[in-house]
Amino acid sequence: MTDAATLATALPVRSRARRRVSFRAVFGITVLLAMGGAALLAPQLAPWDPARQMLLKRLRPPAWEARGLREHPLGTDHLGRDILSRILYGGRISLAVSLSSVALAATLGVTLGLCAGFFGGRADAIIMRVVDVFLAIPYILLAMGVVFALGPSLLNVILVMGATRWVQFARIVRADVLSIREREFVVGARARGNRALRLLVRHVLPNALTPIIVVATLELAFMIIYESALSFLGLGVQPPTPTWGWMLADGRNYIATAWWLATFPGLAIMLTVLAVNLLGDWLRDRLDPRLTV
Amino acid sequence: MPPLLEVDGLQTQFVTGTGTVRAVDGVSFAIERGEVLGLVGESGCGKSVTSLSIMRLVPPPGRIAAGHIRLEGEDLLAKDAEAMRQVRGARIGMVFQEPMTSLNPVFSIGDQIASAALAHGGGGRAAAWERAVEMLQLVQVPSPGERVRDYPHQLSGGLRQRAMLALALVSGPRLLIADEPTTALDVTIQAQILDLLRRLQAERGMSVLMITHDLGVVAELCHRVAVIYAGRIVEMAPVARIFARPMHPYTQGLLRCLPHPSRFGQPLFSIEGVPPDLRRPPAGCRFAPRCPHVIESCRRAEPPLGEREPGHLVACPVLP
Repeated sequence: MTDAATLATALPVRSRARRRVSFRAVFGITVLLAMGGAALLAPQLAPWDPARQMLLKRLRPPAWEARGLREHPLGTDHLGRDILSRILYGGRISLAVSLSSVALAATLGVTLGLCAGFFGGRADAIIMRVVDVFLAIPYILLAMGVVFALGPSLLNVILVMGATRWVQFARIVRADVLSIREREFVVGARARGNRALRLLVRHVLPNALTPIIVVATLELAFMIIYESALSFLGLGVQPPTPTWGWMLADGRNYIATAWWLATFPGLAIMLTVLAVNLLGDWLRDRLDPRLTV
Repeated sequence: MPPLLEVDGLQTQFVTGTGTVRAVDGVSFAIERGEVLGLVGESGCGKSVTSLSIMRLVPPPGRIAAGHIRLEGEDLLAKDAEAMRQVRGARIGMVFQEPMTSLNPVFSIGDQIASAALAHGGGGRAAAWERAVEMLQLVQVPSPGERVRDYPHQLSGGLRQRAMLALALVSGPRLLIADEPTTALDVTIQAQILDLLRRLQAERGMSVLMITHDLGVVAELCHRVAVIYAGRIVEMAPVARIFARPMHPYTQGLLRCLPHPSRFGQPLFSIEGVPPDLRRPPAGCRFAPRCPHVIESCRRAEPPLGEREPGHLVACPVLP
């Protein structure tokens, strides 16, 4: 009787604990949705045209500072453009470019890494030599060459960024697969007559997910900066279209006298990356049954 | 009617930088329908390689160099990769030694059993899930309806091994290869698993190839025993005869190695020496360097596996 009573009270507590909302998930999703929404609704939300220059209001600090203006909440840059509007518009490019290029890099890298690690032999040798070649050539140089050839456009920038960063995924995944494929459950699955593709998709890939998610969150931040580097060289998205990375690079010159130029786009990048990281972290834990209570 | 499984002159070799390791060197045996054959030997003698050869899952650089493996008369070595894939699981099931690592950690055991059921039997997902619960019941997992949702790490070693059995048996194979299924378990759980194996074997009339180094397991479960040493079978006999009248000096040595309460306080017996280097096995009998009864001819020619008494095969010229 006492046992039954204890059980009865214990069970709901346990299930409630299981469904407890995770701070990481809520924070990550909220921030990303807010960022994405703000970027999508930029034409409605932005108080100014992001490209409009008002030279009489150059380098005005945020509204709460002494020289700040009410109509420019986050201040203006060296050409008198409204920072807030530029961040809102910049988010469209930065988010779209970084998300799509990471997705491209991950798809390419994970697929090739899986094949290299799982099949070994000649497939491994060929794929990993290609990876070595990509690692040996500075990726900016590679991107420059390709963009020069194809011409700078949003799509080309995404393609180039994805196609130069897939090696990060390929190497990590291959290393993990090398150890996973030797584990007994993979041999066991083979002994139950599973096809190679099924072994890869069902038995190897789910066990290699953790590092993939970690690399993807790191790469997302990298891609935002990478895009700004390409823009800086005139190969990325062309000014005056604002991007976070470009604003950051641009504001760097004024960091001693006008901190807000680089700080606000930097904060936007940081918040995005943090949200993605937390979400990735949470996702990884959710997908690993050993870590769910 | 041919025996269920017939292994004939099997040679499996591993080509390494320092020479070719002849892990299995001319092994022949047969398993009848409903028979449990024990394959006994010490570590590294070729037991597991034999079982992987039957499945054609020898990891590279290993390869099957010679011999035949016939399942219900069909030569498995002549099959193409796709035909062989259809044999695995459906006609030959396999259980491994380490229940900790033999189940995929990221799926629940029900999920794993159900997907194996789907792959072999077809039907819908709900039916497959039902089947998973049934299988867990069959292998005597307590409250299978709840356990089916558990992940491998939530189960004890014994339960995991039961889940492994369910997974191997869900497609109804005629032959089960059990590679040291109880080695990683403690003795009380061992006894339960052996009981379960014996019951399932009798109920389903399936054949079992039991690979073990544990003579206790052999005595519990097997009908017939093949003793393997350095990649060759040295003695094969019904289980009672092996224990009552072992003929090969190696088998005799193995039996003397068993600790026994009646020899309390005395040092444990061990066979002198170590198994030969399988890259350069000695000419003649491979056990000769360690054999207490060795005679001159042993070192010259390899003694053939001959029928000394009905059903009792020995590869030794010395003993009666």
